[in-house]
This record gives sequence, C-alpha cells and structure tokens, in this order.
Amino acid sequence: MDKRKKIKEPKRHGVQALWALLTNSYLAGFLQGKIYQGKLKTLCVPGLNCYSCPGAVGACPIGAMQAVIGSWNFKFAFYVAGFLMFVGGLMGRFVCGWLCPFGLIQDLLHKLPFWKKLETFRGDRLLRKLKYIILLIFVILMPMVLVDVLGQGAPYFCKLICPAGTLEGGMPLVLLNQSMQNALGLLYAWKNLLLLVTILLSILIYRPFCKYICPLGAVYSVFNPISVFRYRVDQEACINCGVCAKVCKMQVNPAKNANHPECIRCGVCRNSCPVKALH
Amino acid sequence: MSRLHSSRTGIFVAVCGLLMAGYGIYRGEISVVLEKAINICMECIGIG
Repeated sequence: MDKRKKIKEPKRHGVQALWALLTNSYLAGFLQGKIYQGKLKTLCVPGLNCYSCPGAVGACPIGAMQAVIGSWNFKFAFYVAGFLMFVGGLMGRFVCGWLCPFGLIQDLLHKLPFWKKLETFRGDRLLRKLKYIILLIFVILMPMVLVDVLGQGAPYFCKLICPAGTLEGGMPLVLLNQSMQNALGLLYAWKNLLLLVTILLSILIYRPFCKYICPLGAVYSVFNPISVFRYRVDQEACINCGVCAKVCKMQVNPAKNANHPECIRCGVCRNSCPVKALH
Repeated sequence: MSRLHSSRTGIFVAVCGLLMAGYGIYRGEISVVLEKAINICMECIGIG
C-alpha cells in the first residue's frame, strides 16, 4: 500500500507564502540593495527571518537575542525571551509549520523530485538534540562570553551557521552592492557552502535545518506540550491504525504523543486520520 | 486552529512572556534590537 496516497496536506503553503510576503514587504529594498530602517523593526517576527533581508520589516528573534545578549549593557534578553515565551505559550511549533519563511523554502525544496527521499537514518534521534546545543552555545554563551574590549559579543549563530541570513540577506545584498562584492572573503564562502549543503539536504530530507540546527525551533519545541493551541487525540475514536505516524514527515507518532517537541503542527496527521480522532 | 485545545499552563506562560517582554522594553532593550535590525548585519550576511 502506498502511504503517500494517504497524505492530506492542508492549504498551508499559501499561508506560509502570505506571511513571508507580509513580513518581507519592503520590496523597494530588493531593487535598491538596501534594508528597511523604520521603527517596525523593533518588533520581532515569530519565524526565522534575517533582518538584513532587503524586504524584512521586522527583527529576527534569534538575531535580536544575540544582539541584546552581546551588547555591553545587557546580558539577558528579557524582551526577546518574553516574546518567544508569549508566542511559544500560545502556539508552540505551529510557527515552524506555518509562519517561518525558511521553513517554507525547505518545504518547497523537498517537493523537488529525487530518486530516493530519506525519511530517517541511524542517529537521527540523537542528531535532533544538536539544535539545543547550538541554541545554548552559539546563541547564548558565545555572544555573552566572547566579547571585545568594549564588552560586545558577535552574533555567532548568524555569523558562523545561519543559512537563512546568507540566502535572505547575503545573496541579494551582495548581488546589488559593488562595495560588498569587493569585501567578500572566506566567511562568505563558508556560509554559502552551508547554504548549499542545506539546500541539497532539504531535497533529500524533510526540513533538515528545522530538525537538527534551528535554535528557534529548539525554543518553541519546549512549549509544544503546554501551548494553548495544541493537538488532542480522542482515544475512544482512535483505532490505532498508525496512519498519522506514517504520514508525519517529522517522524512523530501523534497517537502516542500528539504534542511531541518535534511536531511542527503542519496538520497532515489531522487531515489524514480516517476516523478524525486528532483535533 | 479552532479545533485545537487550550491549556491553562500555556496561557500562564504566555502572560509571563508578555510581562518579561514588557520589562525588557522598560529597561531599553528594544533600542539595541532596533539599532541592530536597521543596519546591515555584516556577520549575518557573511562579510563581517
């Protein structure tokens, strides 16, 4: 039996695209090679969205967190941490599934045909813990501890790892600015290599960045089990057919744990349940 | 979303988050966020 036939994807990509367009609506930036500089940028967006993207009208919460932690006068980011608690407490990783532009890019890349798609592999479960380590080391500890003479730390996750910054900010800005093209070096090459690896892996594996690397996904995952909007399994209606687990591209078994930290609330399991036991 | 179920713990966490964010705004963190966000982040794009 071909389980792919059972997958019923909700109309999610339209919402993702609309949200990506809304939060990157400074279209003049793409023409001029500049970024939006208005007051709206004090507000964080819920998903991973580089604030150096020419279209970005809000601040990336991971970038903002590193900026505050790495500043000389603040060593804890109450504003960003509070924002993430607010969003996480309300919807957990719903953000990953519906409101993250980089999630949308990975979703679309995974739709590209490839002779063999990899659902899981040895070490998959262990590797998913990596995002928590990246959150702790690159987003919190390094900007806090590795500071210059002025007491300022760099945004090490953005600098050394984040492929979203390269794709959304680096590539368009470098293409449109001659002065930036003259300043390219090893770091740019490294980040482009990481972006290329992420793109290739996204074709092979569903959302590899979200599963293994994303510190924002790591934060929201903590809130998944307690968030206001979450899934519930009607145990009386559930016939334990296993369809929900088979269609889950994050390899979660919703019948056992509908609010697993890896669940991005894409809704495929809910739509695929033959007895509508997932609400 | 309408068929998803609510949680008191989630509401409590969200309210705590709002209070924390408010405290962060009160002590001036958003000026750091704004300054970072309105200038091209050279590290983020792979130049700095």
